[in-house]
Amino acid sequence: MARLVFLCDSERCIECNACVTACKNEHEVPWGINRRRVVTINDGNPGERSISMACMHCTDAPCAAVCPVSCFYGTDDQLVLHDKDLCIGCGYCFYACPFGAPQYPRVGNFGGRGKMDKCTYCAGGPQQDSTPSEYAQYGSNRIAEGKLPLCAEMCSTKALLAGDGHIIAEIYRERVQRRGFGSGAWGWRTAYKETVAI
Amino acid sequence: MRTPLHLVLAALLALAGPALAQQMPGETPQQPPQQTQGLSAGAPEVQGTAPETGAGRGGPNGVQPETSEPQAPTGGVRPAQPQATAPQAPVAVEEIRPNLPWTARGGIQAADLERQHDREGGVISGRVTIPNQSAGILIQPDGRDWRQFRNQVLKWAGLITLVGTIVVLAVFYGLKGATRIESGRSGRRVARYNAFERANHWMVAISFVALALTGLNITYGAYWLRPVIGPEAFTALTFYGQAIHHYIAWAFALGVLVMLAIWTRQNLPSRVDLAWLRAGGPLAKGHPPAGKFNAGQKGLFWLTTLGGIAISVSGLLIMVPGLLDDVILNQWAQIVHGVLAFAMIAVIFGHIYIGSIGMEGAFEAMRDGEVDYNWAREHHSVWLQEELENARRSVAPDNLPKRSRVAGAD
Repeated sequence: MARLVFLCDSERCIECNACVTACKNEHEVPWGINRRRVVTINDGNPGERSISMACMHCTDAPCAAVCPVSCFYGTDDQLVLHDKDLCIGCGYCFYACPFGAPQYPRVGNFGGRGKMDKCTYCAGGPQQDSTPSEYAQYGSNRIAEGKLPLCAEMCSTKALLAGDGHIIAEIYRERVQRRGFGSGAWGWRTAYKETVAI
Repeated sequence: MRTPLHLVLAALLALAGPALAQQMPGETPQQPPQQTQGLSAGAPEVQGTAPETGAGRGGPNGVQPETSEPQAPTGGVRPAQPQATAPQAPVAVEEIRPNLPWTARGGIQAADLERQHDREGGVISGRVTIPNQSAGILIQPDGRDWRQFRNQVLKWAGLITLVGTIVVLAVFYGLKGATRIESGRSGRRVARYNAFERANHWMVAISFVALALTGLNITYGAYWLRPVIGPEAFTALTFYGQAIHHYIAWAFALGVLVMLAIWTRQNLPSRVDLAWLRAGGPLAKGHPPAGKFNAGQKGLFWLTTLGGIAISVSGLLIMVPGLLDDVILNQWAQIVHGVLAFAMIAVIFGHIYIGSIGMEGAFEAMRDGEVDYNWAREHHSVWLQEELENARRSVAPDNLPKRSRVAGAD
């Protein structure tokens, strides 16, 4: 099976936040939760880069390692998903996650943060694929329909790429060779212990 | 002199003109004849009698209507000559150069930046345009260290600490057995803790046990309990355990503060404690003198109160993440919370041992509030002396003036 990844080409990202909006709309993500966000580093300075970041579906995922109730599971495509029915909202996955992906519906309340929510790579949850109960908890399941995540599919500059790791890396490598520059695959070293050789 | 009323009447007349012309086609119209000439009968007559645009509304454009309240033209009076500007010295400007081409800018490499932060710590952060500004952290390598702490350090060090404490206590009990009251029970009782002190002690004790059990479940339950009872049951247990942990923590924190208020004075270090420790403390041969609390109990008191406050504060910061809103500080709060929790559980193991099977006559102090006279004489001799002196003074007060007589002595 494939190894599904995200790659944000930060030389192409124009910080339009359309990926964020598409994600929120596709999955009806509630207010206050951002499964995906765009971070601009060195804003206004030389070397400014915008990177669209969500769950990277890490190899040896830290969230799954620290979960006190073991609510995470992996798929054949090496996605890291979780079962909201098992989650207790303790917040440990957020402490461990290098990318700040886990989100909680309630912040700062007394006695729990609520069920954790994060990017599912548009692959839903543990329920039967494309059922209303799956949609209510995890949003739509585009992977089951044979589609890639909407954020990457509708990226206007094709900065955000999703798909099999080898293919994505090859596309990116080709881009970098053609234009002569590139700042690399953000988060890949942290998430997959590998980088795209340029 | 024409008044506004005249103007209105004139306008009305002008408007009525076409209507009259329609009603009486045979009569001579009031309008000038050149407007109707050359036009066919019917509707064109109506069109033709209408006044020209602007003509019926006070004359041609640009001519102000006569009014009793004339307004000054806008803009005021213009000066004859435009004001001259003072000559200014030329300002030196830097030459504007175009940016270097992308290929020559060098720039940052994601992998290098991540490797650098991996080694040196610290987050890679930037700006976000969503309300949650803490989402500006792009990559935080510190989470890896926290994972190491929780999954390796805390798990194993905690396990070794707890099991080690139990083993040490068991060996101690096996070798030495329970500490008996050497001179036997006297049958006389000495009051040691009042009802309020005991109630507070047991509130802290019960809440501590509940907090410890639910906390240990968070640390170890996934390894031991979850495979036994299944994921759903374990989640239910942990979820309600977490709720108990959150709610009962307040009773614990309150009890610790009350302890601090009522027992601090008796737990200040004194010269007697040094002698007690020098004699060997809990392992001393014979019974070194001690006040109401010996040095070991004072240590326990300060660990419970100061550690209790620290563990409550760190727990509150974890429970209400919005207070910090910083993932790094949340990790540190959890580290402090976990280390203190295991340290306190281990020490409380020792406390429970001495208070139950380890020492004869100790448990009744917190159960009944009274201890045996001989127990007090052996373990807290200085305190017993003070109590006896206080009792004598209250029974036979010697601080009264000698010449005075007790009321009713006559």
